[in-house]
Order: sequence, then structure tokens, then C-alpha cells
Amino acid sequence: MNHLKTLFIGFFLTFLFAWLGLVVFPYLQLGNLQPYVDEDEGTSFPLELTGIEKRGMESYARNGCIYCHTQQIRPKSQGSDIERGWGGRRTVARDYINQKPVFLGTMRTGPDLTNVGVRLRDERWHHEHLYNPQSKSSWSTMSPYKYLYEKRKIQGQPSPDALIDIGEEIEEGYEIVPKEEAKALVAYLLSLNRNYPLPEAPFDE
Amino acid sequence: MAEVAQLETPNTKAQSEAELRVLIDKSCRSPVMLFFSGAIFWLLVGTFFGFAASWKLHDPNFLISLFGVDFGFLNFGRFRPAHLNAVAYGWSSSAALGVAIWLMARLCHIPLRNGALVVTAGIIWNIGIFIGLIGILSGDSTSIEWLEFPPYATMFLFVGYALVSIWAVDMFLRRRPGHVYVSLWYIMAALFWFPWLYATANLVFLLKPVSGSVQGIINWWYGHNALGLWFTPIGLATAYYMIPKVIGRPVHSYYLSAIGFWSLALFYSWNGGHHLIGGPLPAWVITCSIVASIMMVIPVVTTAINHHMTMKGNFHVLAYSPTLRFIVFGAMAYTLASLQGCTMAIRQLNEITHFTDYTIGHAHLGLYAFFTMMMFGAIYYITPRLVDCEWRSSLLIKIHFWACSYGIMGMVLVLTVGGITQGMMLADPAVTFEQIVDGPPKYYRIARTITGALIAVGHIAFAIHFGLMMARLGRKEGGPAYL
Repeated sequence: MNHLKTLFIGFFLTFLFAWLGLVVFPYLQLGNLQPYVDEDEGTSFPLELTGIEKRGMESYARNGCIYCHTQQIRPKSQGSDIERGWGGRRTVARDYINQKPVFLGTMRTGPDLTNVGVRLRDERWHHEHLYNPQSKSSWSTMSPYKYLYEKRKIQGQPSPDALIDIGEEIEEGYEIVPKEEAKALVAYLLSLNRNYPLPEAPFDE
Repeated sequence: MAEVAQLETPNTKAQSEAELRVLIDKSCRSPVMLFFSGAIFWLLVGTFFGFAASWKLHDPNFLISLFGVDFGFLNFGRFRPAHLNAVAYGWSSSAALGVAIWLMARLCHIPLRNGALVVTAGIIWNIGIFIGLIGILSGDSTSIEWLEFPPYATMFLFVGYALVSIWAVDMFLRRRPGHVYVSLWYIMAALFWFPWLYATANLVFLLKPVSGSVQGIINWWYGHNALGLWFTPIGLATAYYMIPKVIGRPVHSYYLSAIGFWSLALFYSWNGGHHLIGGPLPAWVITCSIVASIMMVIPVVTTAINHHMTMKGNFHVLAYSPTLRFIVFGAMAYTLASLQGCTMAIRQLNEITHFTDYTIGHAHLGLYAFFTMMMFGAIYYITPRLVDCEWRSSLLIKIHFWACSYGIMGMVLVLTVGGITQGMMLADPAVTFEQIVDGPPKYYRIARTITGALIAVGHIAFAIHFGLMMARLGRKEGGPAYL
């Protein structure tokens, strides 16, 4: 192996082999997956994200939610994800076609969020929780996201969005309201719902 | 191998060889010291991010306000990727490039050519890291693990790296004819694979994003290959060079080196899918990766035997050679980390360890106990040859070695045990999330912060010592610094 050519042919072929296997073929197989059209309901799944939900998805990326929360449900044979009530069925490739980037995650310091929009429907709860997670669960180690909220003087009527139960005193005459980014993030969290049927992932497996 | 034997014979040829080595080292001074000093700067930065991120895991309000200034946006979600990228690209890759550049010149037996090109590459590379880290902290992270740097930073990294690759091909073509030593295979391969890897990943994610779970598989194809086809080859090239150099004996077996190299190239590149066991991907992708992960036993055991047989009868050198001590620690950690990695791909075990601190422990065993310790050893060997003075203090080296080795062993231990505990609790649906978050895993995390502090002490000792060398305040008389 004393020639550049011999060495490089080896480097090239070994790497090409895996590149074809793990990049090109998965792309050919899954790169153009289309939504599943449910004839009975007249809708296609997964649902398209709305504008505000897309902005919320960007916020999810920006703030590093994936470092503690996954968005994937393993099948019953692999872990207790379904038994924990995190989802009714395993998630499959088609569930993710609208996600850019994809938030599969690798760590469960916090719970899985695949179906958080089903489990926790209350918008205000999410805001209060993001503002001060320990106000909802004293034992939580989640970071506070206070910078997504602003404290401002109440002008006339208090805002309907104002946070109430945040585990700390709010100064008299002031209110704490979500900024645009917080509203988008919560809209995204509420959109997380994989409880629709897909032919390739039945609910009873 | 042959070259090592040559050096031992005191004749005129050996004398001219020695003169050549001096010439080579001189030609490497600016580029290699540029990469090393950048690496050590980012090591300190990355250690800070890692320490703060670890602390935030048990005290989420840590550092969110300082002297009345609100730093709330610098939460775990930003420090965690800042840590990874600072240590993976800032420290590990810069150190790897520095070591690879020096080894290239030594193994091609010619003084470094086009020094200005390499220095330019180093400057571009470091600018990329600076911009990238600012990007992550200010909220521009891509949220793709190992690729969090925003596109405007990755362009710098790619150009910087590609310049080094081009430089290396030129050096290789102009090398002194003769046998190509095993370290050189690893370096040439790594410098060829990484740009391909990095370009593919960036094209797929940033320029023309592909849809859904294909991203997941490409993400881990990249993430695992960054370890397997970039850090690992440079780490092994270092071990293959340094062990024979320090003990003055050739590598045990040429054939084992060749088997180890080609089986690594063939199997490591297929490993990525084992990060997604149970995930939303076709079964064939994951199964192929599991098979390849198990096959990794071949390169790992071959290399381990080869290094062990080379060292055999010379373990007493560990008592006084700082370089060898770090390198052998790294080589042993390589075997351990890789064999652990093989087992982690087995579905039944992965079911427990997936999504827990166990994986974090494994990552530190690989990138720190193996690779980083290897780089420390190499820097201890190379730096005195570049700055014409010896390391000043064996005490600082001892502090560095013991703080980092106990620190990393402790860290891997608590993350491993903590991860198994966390995994067992997660696997049992009767255990609530409160019991997990507030239970044993929390105490293991506090212990991890303490081990991180110990590692930080080692890094500070090392950085001070390296700073003295940079300032030419090393010892000018007497032999090399022994422990």
C-alpha cells in the first residue's frame, strides 16, 4: 500500500459503500414520502403546520428543546413508551415529513413530546410552565424561559394572555405576557399530535 | 517500523536523519502551534460550557442572572450544543489537525511545504468556530446534533479543513519514496473522508433540506462517522506513531495494522443507524448498523493486540514518560469505549440505555478518555520540539494527568451507573417521571458536575503549562521533563 492511487481507491470504495447505504438509499426510499389521504375523514395526515406553528418549530430548534425531549414513540417491543401513555402507536417515517429539522431527539431528561398537544391542551398552562417550570412541578429541572415573556405596566384592562399562576409574586400594576415567540412555541407544542391513523402503524401493535 | 529501527543506529545516516527531523520540526512551528493554541483555548471554553451545562441539569436557575444582568437565554438548551461544538470542533478537531500536520511532515520525511496555506487554513478554521459558537448562543443553532453551527459558520470550517486536505495530498505526493507507515494511512484517509462527510451533511441539511426521518439517519451517519472516520483515525495514527517512538521499538505486526485499518474503514462507516433503534426508520437500516457495530470487534481487538504486543516488556516507561502515559491511557480507553459501543447496539440492551446518561458516558469515554487523552500525549511530545524548550514542571503534568484521568473515570462511572438506573426506571411504566427526575439520576448528575470540576482543574494546569511554553519560558537546559 505504497501508492496514493491504491490507498485512495480503498478509502473511496469503503466510504462509498456506507454512503450509498445510509445516505442515498434511505433518501430514495423515504425522501419523497407523501401524506396519507384518509378517504373517510377527507383529510391527509400528518396535517400541514400553520404559519405560527412553523415559527414555533423554529423556536423549538433555537432553544435546544431536543437536548432533553424526544419526539419518537418506540414500538411496544422496544421500551415502555406506549405504556407510559406517551403515544397510542409507534411513530413511523411518514409522521415526520413536515419536520425541518427533524426533532427525534436522543435524550429523555424530560418526557417525550410526540403527543404533548393531546396530553396537555391548556395554552395558559404551557405559558406558565415555560415561564417557571417549577411552578407546575416543584421537582422539575427544566430551564425557565422567562426571556420569551415580558413584564409590562397594565394599561386599562389586563391582557387576556397574562400569566397568573407562576409560583412567584407579580408586582402590583404589572402583568407578564408572552412575546410572539412564546405564542408560536406554544402553538407548535399544541399541534403535536400523532393520534391519527396510518396504515403502516396500527394502534394495537 | 523500519524508520524507527534506523534511528537507533548511530551512523552518519542517522545523523542526517536527526538533522532532517530538526528541519521538519522547525518548518512545522507556526502552523502546528497555531492549531494547538487555538485548540487549548477552545478546550477551556468548552470545559466552561460543559461544566455550566452539567450544573444547570440539577439547578436550572444557575447562571441565569449575574451581577443583575439577565442571562436567561443562556440556558441548558444553548450551553449543551455550545459545549459539544466547542470541544468537538474547537478542541478535538483543532488538536487533531495540528497533530496530523506534524505527523504528515515527519512521516513524509520532508519539511512542511506551503506553510502560509496551512496558517491561512488555521485562521479560517478558528474564525468559523468563533462565529459558530456565537451563533449557537444567540439562538441560531440548527438543532441537529453535531451540526448545530449555523451555515454561515460551517462554510468557514469546510474551507479551512479542505485547505489542509489539499495541502496533505501535495505533501504525500512529494514525500521521500519508500514504505508508507500505518499512521499515514489513517491520516490520509481521515483527511479524505471528513470533507466528504461534512459536505454531504451540510448539503443535505442546510442547502437543500431533505424531508423527515431521512434527516435522522443522515444526522447519525454524520455524527457517528465524525467519531469513527475523523477522530478515531487521528487518535490511532497518534498511537501508532507515539508508542514505537517513545519506547524505541517497531510496531508488533504490519498485518494486524492492515487488518485493523481496513476493517475499521469498512465497518465503522455503517454504524450510524444504531443511534435510532426503535426509531421511525425502515428495519433494514437499523439492522445493517447493528451488524456493523458488532463487526467493530474486529478492528478494535486487532488494534488492541497490536498495541499491547508493541508495549509488552516496556510498561515501565509509563512511570516516567508523560507522552506514553497519556497515549496508553487513551489506547486502553479506545478498546473499552469501542467494545462498549458494540454492546450498546444490541436491541435488548439499547432498550434500557437509549435516551439516558449512559450514552453521554459512552461519548465521553470515546471522545475524552480515548481521543482527548491521546491528543494530550501528542502535544506533550510535539510542543518541546517546536519551541526549543522543555516542559517546565513535572508537577503541572502530574496534576494534569491525575485530575483528568480520575475526573474522566469518575465521570464515565457515574454517568454509566446513573444511566442504567435512569433506563431501568424509564422502562418500568409504574415509575413516575417525578420519581426519575427527583430520584437517583439527579444525585448521579450532581456527582458528574464534581467530576467535571476535577477535569477542569487538569485543563487549567495544562493550559498554564502550554502558555509558558508559548512564551518560551520552558526549561532550556537538562533533558526532557519526566514524571
